[in-house]
Amino acid sequence: MTAATPAPRPGRSDARPALHAEVTVTRGSHRVEAAFDALPGHPLAVIGPNGAGKSTLLAAIAGLVPIDAGRVRIGSRDVDRLPPERRRIGVLFQDYVLFPHLTVRDNVAFAARMRGSRHAARSAAEPWLARYGLAELAERLPGELSGGQSQRVALARALAAEPEVLLLDEPMSALDVELRHEMRAELAAHVREFGGATVVVTHSRADAATLADHVLVLESGRVTQRGTLDELAAAPATPYVRRMLARPDDAD
Amino acid sequence: MALLAGVGLAVLVLPLVALVVRAPWGELGALLARESVLEALVLSLGTAIVATGACLVLGVPLAVLLARAASWPAPGRRLLRAAVTVPLVLPPVVGGIALLLLLGRRGVLGGALADLFGITVPFTTGAVVLAQVFVALPFLVFAVEGALRSADRRTELAAATLGASRWQVFRHVTLPLVAPGVAAGAVLCFTRALGEFGATITFAGSLPGVTRTLPIASYLAMQTDPDEAIALALLLLAVSVGVLLLLRDRWLPGVRG
Repeated sequence: MTAATPAPRPGRSDARPALHAEVTVTRGSHRVEAAFDALPGHPLAVIGPNGAGKSTLLAAIAGLVPIDAGRVRIGSRDVDRLPPERRRIGVLFQDYVLFPHLTVRDNVAFAARMRGSRHAARSAAEPWLARYGLAELAERLPGELSGGQSQRVALARALAAEPEVLLLDEPMSALDVELRHEMRAELAAHVREFGGATVVVTHSRADAATLADHVLVLESGRVTQRGTLDELAAAPATPYVRRMLARPDDAD
Repeated sequence: MALLAGVGLAVLVLPLVALVVRAPWGELGALLARESVLEALVLSLGTAIVATGACLVLGVPLAVLLARAASWPAPGRRLLRAAVTVPLVLPPVVGGIALLLLLGRRGVLGGALADLFGITVPFTTGAVVLAQVFVALPFLVFAVEGALRSADRRTELAAATLGASRWQVFRHVTLPLVAPGVAAGAVLCFTRALGEFGATITFAGSLPGVTRTLPIASYLAMQTDPDEAIALALLLLAVSVGVLLLLRDRWLPGVRG
């Protein structure tokens, strides 16, 4: 039997859908309200101080926390009433959240395993392992991986599910500072290759500059500014934006 | 401190040493080959295995419910926890009496069961299993619940974003992650079921080959034939230690030295 192979990412010509989100979500005493579009091939960074509600916003879009009001739409598909497993939204979690009991191969094969046999899923995982330089690590357990390797596995696992939208939650925060520069460039290349609507949540200007071409600033659950980093620099709307732009890279 | 610790250790170890020292080693083979002994052994192992199986089937879902109940309002959450805890702290004889009052001929359900279906539970092998489940189930539930609480909930969320349905999340993520807890709970459950005495003798009686399990046989023999009683006690000790040794390395990190 021929195993399903992942559709080749680069040069994929069909139009990928945009993400449209306008949500109100409450977590504890915090309320987050935001509306934005993320277009395929134009990653959006959601940047803001700790506790601004960035991760909550991401979880709401992925369907991991319920929204109070609003809508989440992918292309012409309304997904805000769908459970997370039917939204086709991939998530790169902050500290990756790999399955500790599964090998690298079975982590990457997980989405395919949910749709088919173990054998077919493992075959389908092969090209992803190769593309992310994980072939050598395929039999390892997550506990035996470095931070950078874990990030690769988590990204391969998310993209192997062939999501239409990719959400990245503070993708660099679990890495050593020395590693971040290198991994950021690698991650940016993979995100470009993915080519679909992408939202990256971060509090680092360097992440926003490398991984995204538009920025949305979230402070205390509200959008305070949006535009490119250059546009933000030209007219920072709040003291936070001014401080964030003045901070050296990788200062946390 | 050290003295008290030593006394504590002596309290735990000396009785077992005495049991081993005074055992009729010479006649042990003949004693254990007696039909009454084999009968009790087969009955005990059989009922304890069935009871453990029942505890797994009923206890894992109950543990999941209990772990999820952490987000419930207080009255419901506390009632549920109390319902699981009470059999754990209850004297087993009380459990046996309670089971009789539920399922006995004149019990709350027993009368109807007998009239409608011709089923009488007390003083059958089924009653032995039921008594064992009653006393052993909380051990399994709490072991699994502890494992569920310490498992990272976010792995379940990650699985959902990868297309896993609720059942698939449970089957492929939650269950493997709590497997050590389930195994530890099953072992506790089995040894507790194997040693069950009070609830069993009250609810199931002591019919040879039907409800006379090893502990009951051992207790009865103590009054007529102490050597047989000691042999039975040794057998129980050996089965318990055997289970512990068999499973310790793979599944019971807490017991590993």
